Amino acid sequence: MEPIISVKHLHKSFGAHKVLTDISVDIHSREVVVVIGPSGSGKSTFLRCLNLLEQPQEGDIIIEGTSLMAKSTRINDIRTEVGMVFQQFNLFPHKKVIENIMLAPMQVRKWPADKARQKALELLQKVGLSEKAEMYPASLSGGQAQRVAIARALAMEPKIMLFDEPTSALDPEMVGEVLAVMKDLASEGMTMVVVTHEMGFAREVGDRVLFMEQGIVVEQGVPEQLFGNPSHERTREFLSKVL
Amino acid sequence: MDFRFDIIVHYLPVLLKGTLFTIGVSLVSILCGSILGLVIGFGKMAPRWYFRWPFHAYINIFRGTPLYVQILIVHFGLIPLFYGKTYALMSAFVALSLNSAAYSAEIFRAGIQSIDPGQREAALSLGMTKLQAMRFIILPQAIKRMVPAFGNEFIVLVKDSSLLALIAAPEIMYWSNTMKGQYLRIWEPYLTAALIYFILTYSLSKLLNYIERKV
Repeated sequence: MEPIISVKHLHKSFGAHKVLTDISVDIHSREVVVVIGPSGSGKSTFLRCLNLLEQPQEGDIIIEGTSLMAKSTRINDIRTEVGMVFQQFNLFPHKKVIENIMLAPMQVRKWPADKARQKALELLQKVGLSEKAEMYPASLSGGQAQRVAIARALAMEPKIMLFDEPTSALDPEMVGEVLAVMKDLASEGMTMVVVTHEMGFAREVGDRVLFMEQGIVVEQGVPEQLFGNPSHERTREFLSKVL
Repeated sequence: MDFRFDIIVHYLPVLLKGTLFTIGVSLVSILCGSILGLVIGFGKMAPRWYFRWPFHAYINIFRGTPLYVQILIVHFGLIPLFYGKTYALMSAFVALSLNSAAYSAEIFRAGIQSIDPGQREAALSLGMTKLQAMRFIILPQAIKRMVPAFGNEFIVLVKDSSLLALIAAPEIMYWSNTMKGQYLRIWEPYLTAALIYFILTYSLSKLLNYIERKV
């Protein structure tokens, strides 16, 4: 089967600083790929290349057969199919929770307001925050804000969801509620790419784990193999520090 | 010291006309200056240096030279160049608008750049265009932060319009000077002018406080 995302020989630098070196990864539909690695390993940059929030210098990314690097590709069209959840939530503080979720479907997908509202209410129920619909983001806890951010991304009905360290900015007692929502999503068959430090989540939910260090994919495999019997010294070293 | 209210009363009709002129020229200059400032502010944020450069130069030139000098150049140089002769009303609002645009541009730029880049990224990641991200996400938040700075700029502009007396634009200071010339008195004309300016700027600051609470 054709992979839904195909990354080919990707290179990215910030000025003279090389961040990603020759990354090639295929991700299939309904797969949950977890990217782990030390800070500065390039894993967030890799994720941000997948919806072109970062522009790679070389290589190609093909999503559902469309090259992101081709001049004819309208990147906004790709982004409507690829949802993203950020470490800092990035909710729109001047809009109510429900408006945060309704805005993109109405402006980008041109849905009428009642359809967008209904979808938003469904999603709020799904993430367990129906009662917060009319609140502003400032009144939410970190865990609640991140669940709203997930709902906001899902409102566009994306085929792929990217998570950029979704629990790293949360107090420890709130990590569970966000991971629970992500687990639900994975079990429904959403294609997910997750950058995280939550090794428990990687082991339990991940179909495949990529270990990145210094801008390269050092090793990848199913969680049992990567966590249980890593084949590279660097992977072993990293895991011994975090597990 | 005797204070002659009768000469103030005598001059009241022209002073009121002058006040209307000051208000009119200030309003038009605030409006034109803000619109021009918006364009210049965005120009200064252009990704490439050769697009940015002219806007950058504009701001530096207009902020770096006295309004006094700018008024003279506009009045005796620029306007005659296009219009054939001097025209105080035109010079008045062209000079004030051009000057105000430089400051407004910086207020727009600073306001927009003060918004966390994550806001723009979130909007783009949802498939919004750059224009939609600006309109629905960045500008509404940035404008809130710009209001106090704009209030300050508008008040400065009203006071700076007094420099237009220089080119015989019939505003408040022009008539105060005339009054001083006719009666050879100091306190009455200048205190009256000061009081009028104060009433104008104080009302404006009250209005702006109200707007600040509203947005």
